[in-house]
Amino acid sequence: MSLLQLKNISKIYGELKALDDISLEVENGEWLAIMGPSGSGKSTLMNIIGCMDKPSLGEVILDGRDIAKESDKGLTEIRRDKIGLIFQQFHLVNYLTAVENVMVAQYYHSMPDEKEALEALERVGLKDRAKHLPSQLSGGEQQRVCIARALINHPEIVLADEPTGNLDEANENIVIDIFKQLHKEGTTLIVVTHDPEVGEVAQRMIVLDHGRIKENTINKNFGNT
Amino acid sequence: MIKGAFTRQWKKMIMIALTVALGTSLATAMLNVMMDVSDKVNQELKTYGANITVVPKSASVMDSLYEIENGADDGAYLKESELGNIKTIFWAFNIVDFAPFIDTKATVSADSGEKEITLVGTWFDHHLELPTGETLNTGVRSLRTWWDISEGDWLSEQTYTGTEKPCMVGEGIAKTLSVKSGDIITVSTTHGSERLYVAGIFSSGDTADDEIYASLDTVQALSDKDGLLSSIEVSALTTPDNELAIKAAKDPGSLTIAQYETWYCTAYVSSICYQIQEVITDSVASPVRQVADSEGAILEKTHLLMVLITILSLVGSALGITNLVTASVMERSSEIGLLKAIGAKNGAVSALVLTEVMITGIVGAVIGYFAGFGFAQIIGQTVFGSSIEMKLFVIPIVAVLVIAVVLAGSLPAIRMLLRLRPAEVLHGR
Repeated sequence: MSLLQLKNISKIYGELKALDDISLEVENGEWLAIMGPSGSGKSTLMNIIGCMDKPSLGEVILDGRDIAKESDKGLTEIRRDKIGLIFQQFHLVNYLTAVENVMVAQYYHSMPDEKEALEALERVGLKDRAKHLPSQLSGGEQQRVCIARALINHPEIVLADEPTGNLDEANENIVIDIFKQLHKEGTTLIVVTHDPEVGEVAQRMIVLDHGRIKENTINKNFGNT
Repeated sequence: MIKGAFTRQWKKMIMIALTVALGTSLATAMLNVMMDVSDKVNQELKTYGANITVVPKSASVMDSLYEIENGADDGAYLKESELGNIKTIFWAFNIVDFAPFIDTKATVSADSGEKEITLVGTWFDHHLELPTGETLNTGVRSLRTWWDISEGDWLSEQTYTGTEKPCMVGEGIAKTLSVKSGDIITVSTTHGSERLYVAGIFSSGDTADDEIYASLDTVQALSDKDGLLSSIEVSALTTPDNELAIKAAKDPGSLTIAQYETWYCTAYVSSICYQIQEVITDSVASPVRQVADSEGAILEKTHLLMVLITILSLVGSALGITNLVTASVMERSSEIGLLKAIGAKNGAVSALVLTEVMITGIVGAVIGYFAGFGFAQIIGQTVFGSSIEMKLFVIPIVAVLVIAVVLAGSLPAIRMLLRLRPAEVLHGR
């Protein structure tokens, strides 16, 4: 059974259909890129997959649970236990150090463990910057802290929203390399992006247009890049 | 995280702490003054004389029947030997001063002529050995503080060493008979006569201006009433009357046991009167209503004013906290949205914000408490000319008020926080 199943979901805001009858399945360990122009419904789809919103119509089955029927409290628990979120704007707590930002996710999941948080930072190459505040880190470094925070609780799905949107090429490559490593380790990755370079390294890519899936293609060269 | 919030957001926290400190300081000052103001106002009002009079029971009946104030009649007197018992009642510490009185008709003779007058015997600054072993200096010098001594000085029982017994003469008589301080006058009654030394001439603005005041034993001897008194005036610190006190004043027997105990153990003027009657044989103690009612009215209005200032200062503080915490939550909406996104439940995020505000509030409250106590001292010195006593029970009251104000002030921010959806703040949708 697929890890994530979207069955005929729609998201309607007044007269606007942000998502229109979308069906999608994501397998465990798969790396999926969701692409499309602005206004195509990428962020709306990400919010629904990330359990931050519910569809107006349809079913979203994540690990056997229909999130459309979950309460806000239930959605919070699913986010906490199963999803690691990576944001374009990083969203680090500005008065906490890098390691403390990672530990925040541990705090709301189980117990803060500084050693484990430092290991997560080491994994993204930032152990030596652990005690720095976000304002003392570059954009790429902040994004890597954000990735470490997303990974710290060993989520079933890592959901990244434009993870390279604010990064230069060098940092973009670092982030892509981290994603490749995560995929090798069996992590399920869903990356929302409008950057073709990021989309093309994924195992599968869907393209949204006006709330519908316009393309759904398997990357035949996956693993060769 | 909370530590981080404090160490790196200290400017915001200081603003919240200062707001709480301001409200707390005003509340502390007002509560301390309010708790102490009863005693202060009571002390101020003691300058207007006694607030309780004690007369023999039969004289009281006559007063009630004929609405006259004769004090004792010929057949009923109080016993001087029981005077000290007044300081043994439950509210003994509230008895500030008291003075016994006995009066008789007499003829006064001076160089310029004679006149029929009322001769009053009393204590001026009497040194009293109490049954409890304590000592007390009391008398009309403390009770008649409004007397203006136009000539000579107050009669001092303790320091007077002359051969003639001393007296104080009312200004009316002094003018009529051209008596001056230092003169010797003769007073005669049906039981004898006595040469008295005029220690001072006083002006009271009432009927006492036509009376002569001498020491108690002198008048008792001249009226053949050794050890007897016609009345006692008592100045006591009292609590303003309430419904219970009014009910008890009419008939203490109508109270339940619990009501009786509450009334008896509260310094109502009626309760103190009742207790005085218990220790002075065949007496009726009654409040001087004008004084007692004035005290009650002034105290009630002062309390009301203080309570209003306290409430307003706390409401102001709550509004300030509301603004600051709401602004803080709005400013941190992205952070709060993130916390919710990574799994923080509403309760956890609310607890985080409340903990930050509460710790800040406690720091502000401690600062505000001591600042408020300082304000109370300034008020005490400025208004009453004395310090305000630190009332320990104000601390828990202030603590409860601060918690209530901080919670109330944080409520709008918490409501906003609960409505905040991670998708909206993180993705603008």
